[in-house]
Parts: sequence; C-alpha cells; structure tokens
Amino acid sequence: MGKIRTPYLLLLPGFLFLFTFFILPIVNLAQTSTQTPIAGGDTGQYEQTLRFQNYIDAFIENREQFSRSFVYALIATVLALMISYPLAYAIAFKAGKYKNFLLVLVVAPFFTSFLLRTVAWKQILGEEGFVVPTLRTLGIISPSTTLTSTAFAVVMGMTYNFLPFMTLPLYASIDRIDPRTLEASGDLYANAFTTFRKVTLPLSMPGVVAGTLLTFIPAAGDYVNAAILGSPNTKMIGNVIESRYFKIVDYPTAAALSFTLMAAILILVTIYIRKAGTEELV
Amino acid sequence: MSFDASSARGDLILTRITKEYGDFKAVDDLTLTIPKGSFFALLGPSGCGKTTTLRMIAGLEEPTVGSIHLGETDITTTKPYQRPINTVFQNYALFPHLTIFENIAFGLRRRGIKDVDAAVNKVLNLVELPHLAGRKPTQLSGGQQQRIALARAIVNRPALLLLDEPLGALDLKLRRQMQIELKWIQKEVGLTFVHVTHDQEEAMTMADTIAVMNEGQIEQMGSPAELYDNPETAFVANFLGQSNLIKGTISGNDGDSIIADLYGQKISLPKKRSHAVDNSIYAGIRPEKFRISLLNTPVSGNVLSGGHIEDVSYIGVSTQYQVAMPWGQELIVFEQNDDGVAPFNKGDAVNISWEPIFTFALRGDEDVTAGSEVNPEVLDEE
Repeated sequence: MGKIRTPYLLLLPGFLFLFTFFILPIVNLAQTSTQTPIAGGDTGQYEQTLRFQNYIDAFIENREQFSRSFVYALIATVLALMISYPLAYAIAFKAGKYKNFLLVLVVAPFFTSFLLRTVAWKQILGEEGFVVPTLRTLGIISPSTTLTSTAFAVVMGMTYNFLPFMTLPLYASIDRIDPRTLEASGDLYANAFTTFRKVTLPLSMPGVVAGTLLTFIPAAGDYVNAAILGSPNTKMIGNVIESRYFKIVDYPTAAALSFTLMAAILILVTIYIRKAGTEELV
Repeated sequence: MSFDASSARGDLILTRITKEYGDFKAVDDLTLTIPKGSFFALLGPSGCGKTTTLRMIAGLEEPTVGSIHLGETDITTTKPYQRPINTVFQNYALFPHLTIFENIAFGLRRRGIKDVDAAVNKVLNLVELPHLAGRKPTQLSGGQQQRIALARAIVNRPALLLLDEPLGALDLKLRRQMQIELKWIQKEVGLTFVHVTHDQEEAMTMADTIAVMNEGQIEQMGSPAELYDNPETAFVANFLGQSNLIKGTISGNDGDSIIADLYGQKISLPKKRSHAVDNSIYAGIRPEKFRISLLNTPVSGNVLSGGHIEDVSYIGVSTQYQVAMPWGQELIVFEQNDDGVAPFNKGDAVNISWEPIFTFALRGDEDVTAGSEVNPEVLDEE
C-alpha cells in the first residue's frame, strides 16, 4: 500500500502550490471579470452580475493596445531569434573551452534586477547617453529625434530583456546536433547554406519553438518596458491592465482583459506549435 | 559552382601529404596511389593518421602540405560538396529528422537528379531493406543503420567511396556478415572503396590492397597475402597476425638463400624475403608455419632444437603451444588438430622445424615489440 501512495505524496507539495497560487487566483479572476459596480457603492466595490458584456466592452475599448502588444512581441521575438541563433550556434559549435564561460555571460544579466536593467537602458538611450549624440553626429538620426519614449525603445528593451530565454533553449537544441551530420550533409553535395536549411535548422527546431514561446508569451503581457522606455503612444495591454487594477480600480475590466490576453496567447501558441510540427522531433 | 564529376574519375593520387595540428604531425609526408575500382584498406592503430588521411580525401580537412588528385583533377582544396566522393561515417551520421528514404535521397536531391524514387528504391533493394523506407533512423538497429549509411553514399555512384571504421559499432557476428556483404556490394557496383580500419582481420577479409599505417606514414603496402607472408617491418609483422621474431646474424650465402645463425643454430631463408640492411637480423616465422616434433623424430627444413613445451592451449581447430627455447625466448606454435588429439604435453623436450621459404628477415635494430602491444579493440577517435 505504502508503495502505491508514494507518488501521490510526492505530488502533494506541487499540487498544493498550484492550487493555492494558480487555480484559486484564476477562479477568483474569472469571478471578478463578470462583476459590475454596486449601485451607489464606493469606488472598487463590485457585485457579481454575470455580465459577460464586460469582455466585449473591454476588448473594443483596448483593441489598439492589444494589437500593439502582439506586434511588439512579435518583432521582439523575431529580433531575439535573429540575434540568438548565431550566438547559440557559435557557443555550441565554435566556442571550445570557452563554452561554459559564454553561457554564464548569457545568463549574467539575470544577476541584476529586470527593472534596474530597463531603467539603465533609459539612461543609455536618453539625451545624456552616448547613443543619441553619436547617431546625431553621424547623421543617422536627425537632431530633433529622440530614442526614449518611442516604439523602438520599447521593442529594443523587450528584445534585450528576453534574449536569454531565446538563447538558452536554442543553445540546448543546437548543442545536441551531432556535428558529423553536418559533415555528412557537406559530403552529400550540400553547400553551407543548404546544410543550414536542410539539416541544422530542422534539427534545432525544438529550440526555436521553445525559445520563441519563452520570448513571445512574456513579451506579449509585458508592461515594464513600455512603462519605462515608452510613452502613452506605445501603451501595451499589460499597461492597461496594470492601470485598471491599481489606478482606476476597475477590477472587472482588468480581469476581463487578462482572460482575453490569455485566450489570445493560447490560441496563437497552439496554431504555432501545430504549424512548426515539432512533435515528432522531440 | 557545380563540379564536373565526369572529368574527376580515375586513380586517387595523394602526393607528399602532410597534416599538422600544432606541433603534432598526424600525417607525415604520405604518398599513395589508390587504383580505380579497387577495394583499398588503410589499416593501423588508433592515432596512426588513417582517419585524418580519409578526412583529407573527403575534403573535411585540408592538408598542410601536399596535393590530392582524382584522375587528372586536383581536388586538394575543393569543397567536400563539390567532390564526387562520398563517405560512410563511423557512427553513420544519418539525418535523424529525415526518413530513411529521404536520407538516401539527400545527395540526389542536392544534385538535382530527376528520378530519385527509382534510384533510392534500387539501392534499398541492394542493401535488402526496402521495407524500411518510411522509418526514421532511430527506429533502426545498428546493422540496419550501417546499411542505410552505405546506401546513402553509394546511391550517388561516387568516383570514390570512403568507409571510416564502418563496422566498428557492430557485434562480431554482424561484422563478419557485413564484411562479406560489403565486398560483394563493391564488386556489384564497381566503385573504388577506401576503407579505414584498425581491425586487421577486417582489412584482410575485404581489401585487395592494404596500406599499413603507423605514426602518420605508410609502413608497408601490398595484398593481404604479401603483407602477411613477407612483412618488411616488425610493426607489420606484429600488427597483422602474430610473429615469432628471433635475433640472429647472417653468416653466409647459398644461391638464392641466406644462411643465418640463430643462437648457434644454422637456418636458411630466401634472399628476397630479407629486409636486413647489415648482418644483424630478426628472423621471423608465423606461428602456424612451425612444426613441433619429439627429439628422435626425423625432420626436414630449418630446425631449432632444445625446446621444452611450456604451455598447451586447446583452441578447437588448433592447439597453441608455448615452447621455451634455450636462449630464454618463448616461441608460439599453432598446430592444426588434424587427428583431434593434442599430441604434446607440458614439459616435453621438442625440436621446432619449418620450411625455409616461410622465413622472413627484418633489420636487426628493429623494436621487436612494435605493433604488438597495440590493443586493436580500443576504438578512440583520432
């Protein structure tokens, strides 16, 4: 009997944790999302009226921020992939004895706070930083152009902040590729580009999928980068939810937006995984 | 960019090839011609430079010095994908994300060959695995993967097929079977095979010509029979089978024969089998060429007397004796078990005799242990 119970006992802590910190809040959030203000009540007082119209109202009101979130997240994900792939490839195949050192460097930004690093970028991209004056001197941007409070800064911040989440799964996946299969490809009349297209890339697809998901999902819900590096014109859905909760104290709308965001991400991710067809590779 | 494969057909000629990695010379001034259509083996222990040589032929490494020609065409710096050469890799290196069919079709598709289906199916039939076309490599056994790796290479009908320890990962029984099949397939398709191995039995079973490599150089090259019967160095004598090497001096001539003195006993050996440079020699005799006789039995040919049977091991087809000689050396003798009885016992006083033509002579300053302490089962990557 004891032996049969052991696995369940081992599952118990994890289950309790998930129940307390995932299931309960989700249920609570779901309940909140259909509430309406109590007639004549104070700010922040709501009652359950099962008003599903909340979802439609919230969505229509914030369509722009929704689409901006997904566009920014998509651009940041593509940029992170373009930066990370050569990096992960070099670490896996070319780094030799410096492999572990380079991996530590990839993770190193995590040693300081996410918030601090984003604030640091505000300084770097600001008027007092070296980037803007340099670009102005070189004539790449006009003297009146600024970089902070722009969509560019927000997307750049997200790309930077989520880069390790892209690099690490890519590295893990590329590192598993037997370099002899690449030699075999060259031996079988494939040049370097064809070898990449037909062998390296397909074999690293699990890493590409994992990395893009780990970047896209948090990026789509992110509000820190837009809050610090952006302007009211670059507001993302995360910022809307944040202000609805903490500033306007409009819990039902915030909850409805959260659920809509979750559903949208879930649908997009499902389609993506289906399309990528990595099931048989893993 | 396409390579005109038709002009690059013919013998493979390596001219004064050297490959250095830092201070280490993996291949040292190697010159070699591999005739078109032959089954050629590069045989040697781990680290002898045979795999490096193969990789230079494949284009995966570039020689530090020297040139490689295929027929009239210089391919020394040609990229691997532009050479009409295909390789069967040591661990097969099949593409795990592609089906067996697509693995085999890979080279054909890259070259834009039209009738891929027919060519792939034909070669799948040749290796007797047509039913596996839709599987993935991980679903195949080691022996099946080996055949697919071979099929993936020969479907391209390369001017040269390179095999890098192709049977190393297989168990003994499967290895024997594949040796025979590889040889048959080579005859069937008529391609030049260059086979790298550390397994002397494998090389002797399959190859027309063997080049024995040691420390980046070719020690000796010839047919399996030539190498076995008339080794030129102690390394070859010990690496290919076993040899008894007995120290002696040349004491005279007798027509086509040399008379040698081995610890006071006179023997003769054919002049053309002597590789000595002065009077000091090692006389070499293969264990199965020896005959053992009791003291009072009349014998012919060369005789060494004063031996005692030190140890008897019954092996089945033969019995292995260790015979202690008066000068302190133990000789190894294989006797066929023709009558099914081991006729000599431990402690018997015996003479050893053999036909003079089976004797070879090596230089007297050779290291007699060269090539003997090598453990051929150690399969490290070079």
